[in-house]
Amino acid sequence: MTEFLNMGGYGAFVWTAYGLSAISLVTLVLRSRARANAVLLQVDAMRRRRKEEG
Amino acid sequence: MHRFANPAQFNRLADSVMPWAFSVMVLTLASGLYFALFDSPADYQQGESVRIMYMHVPAAWMGMFVYMVMAVASFTALVWRHPLALIAGKAAAPIGAMFTALALITGALWGKPMWGTYWVWDGRLTSVLVQFFLYLGYMALWQAVEDDEKAGRAASILALVGVVNIPIIKFSVDWWNTLHQPASVMRLDGPTIHSDMLWPLLLVAVGYQAYFVVAFIWRMRLEINLRKLSVMRMNEVAGG
Amino acid sequence: MVMTHLPKINVSSAGAFWALVRRDVHLAWAQGGASTLTIGFFLIAVSLFPFGVGPEPQVLARIAPGVLWVIALLACVISLDRLYQADFEDGSLDDLVLSPVGFLGVVCAKVLAHWLSTTLPLAVLAPFLGVMMNLNADGFVVLIVSLLIGTPALSLIGSVGAALTVAVRRGGVLMSLIVLPLYVPTLIFGVGAVDAAVNLVDPLPHLALLGAVSLMAIVAGIWASVMALKLAME
Repeated sequence: MTEFLNMGGYGAFVWTAYGLSAISLVTLVLRSRARANAVLLQVDAMRRRRKEEG
Repeated sequence: MHRFANPAQFNRLADSVMPWAFSVMVLTLASGLYFALFDSPADYQQGESVRIMYMHVPAAWMGMFVYMVMAVASFTALVWRHPLALIAGKAAAPIGAMFTALALITGALWGKPMWGTYWVWDGRLTSVLVQFFLYLGYMALWQAVEDDEKAGRAASILALVGVVNIPIIKFSVDWWNTLHQPASVMRLDGPTIHSDMLWPLLLVAVGYQAYFVVAFIWRMRLEINLRKLSVMRMNEVAGG
Repeated sequence: MVMTHLPKINVSSAGAFWALVRRDVHLAWAQGGASTLTIGFFLIAVSLFPFGVGPEPQVLARIAPGVLWVIALLACVISLDRLYQADFEDGSLDDLVLSPVGFLGVVCAKVLAHWLSTTLPLAVLAPFLGVMMNLNADGFVVLIVSLLIGTPALSLIGSVGAALTVAVRRGGVLMSLIVLPLYVPTLIFGVGAVDAAVNLVDPLPHLALLGAVSLMAIVAGIWASVMALKLAME
């Protein structure tokens, strides 16, 4: 296991590359989804208010 | 009201594509990562550091691919004035910028142990950096102009002008004989890379394509919702 | 439709075209005009380098081609800020594009005037600054030739950035962000040519590529500038 993490001495470079890639990809898609849903809630709230006001 | 055409068709398409794209993404990335990390040979020259390739090369491909998506969307938006095309370009840009940044960063992390330096000013690295700046300029132009329609079309013109950079990136390794190695997969005479390394590379590449579809759909939804919100706000001001 | 239908330039509009070029060149050289200030910037910015990196002749000679090209490029960017903006803000751009000159004529005239009045003088002045920077004697001719071939690309590409940001308040910074990356190929081949000449290598391939960049800038730059101006003036 240690040998695997060590990556023949290149561990720091390899794991930083994989880690940064994973974090960036996951963060971008999750943030986009969260914001899309948050804005949708605002739109719905506005629509409801409009309906109540007639 | 062509301008705010109903994106219902997009939503239907997105809903049917999303589960497929998501499953392809999970399957290919999981298997690709397995092969990349556990079941592919170390390079006889580069040792284990060659595994950075499986992150670096697909990210670089995606940086260019997403730019072309953005350029086609921009062209469509300018010529046919399709309202969703403007939004498509805007939605694609941050994804492409991220992939380009990842290509640069993972490249630097690969360059340090192999070349002894994080960065050299060779043709490939410089032209990819220019691509990153073009993404930033495109997004900044969207932000700077108040009218969304005008902002989008101005940014689209920039995106089209920036297309000249794509062939520069592609052929930079052939034009400038520098540190960066020439293409070993995308070649007319077939890939020169060993098949044990080609498989994980292609799996991750397909996974990134599927990831793009997933992320792109969510960003499209975000932009469409933002557009809806701003239209409703405008109507409210106009009506009351 | 957005696709540009290029108007034919007839004789009467040719007269108006040259009148516009003359007017812009004249304005640029008038007291406090863009050209004098830009040239002043070029002189001062280059003369900062001996203070920054030290006065050793070998060091200055080594960096001279790059410094001269980069500062010429920055001077050009600074002067582009007002290329269309002044006329856009006071409304005279509206009259110009409705006149026989048209969008295409306005863009061509303004770019030509900008090149003649601002970037061309930089090319003429560069050898004198080259002396100050201890530029190798073999580099002078190629420096001038490379600037003559390359500066049209600077004006043309810059025109795209200026037209895209014409309606943006304080668009100057944004314009630099857009324009500077697009300048990279021009810079690489321009400096490459001078470096080659200094190192006694044939600079012709670099100059040919620089020419190709300028030719491409003529097509793409004018098209994109016309599109961007039309968009801004809708």
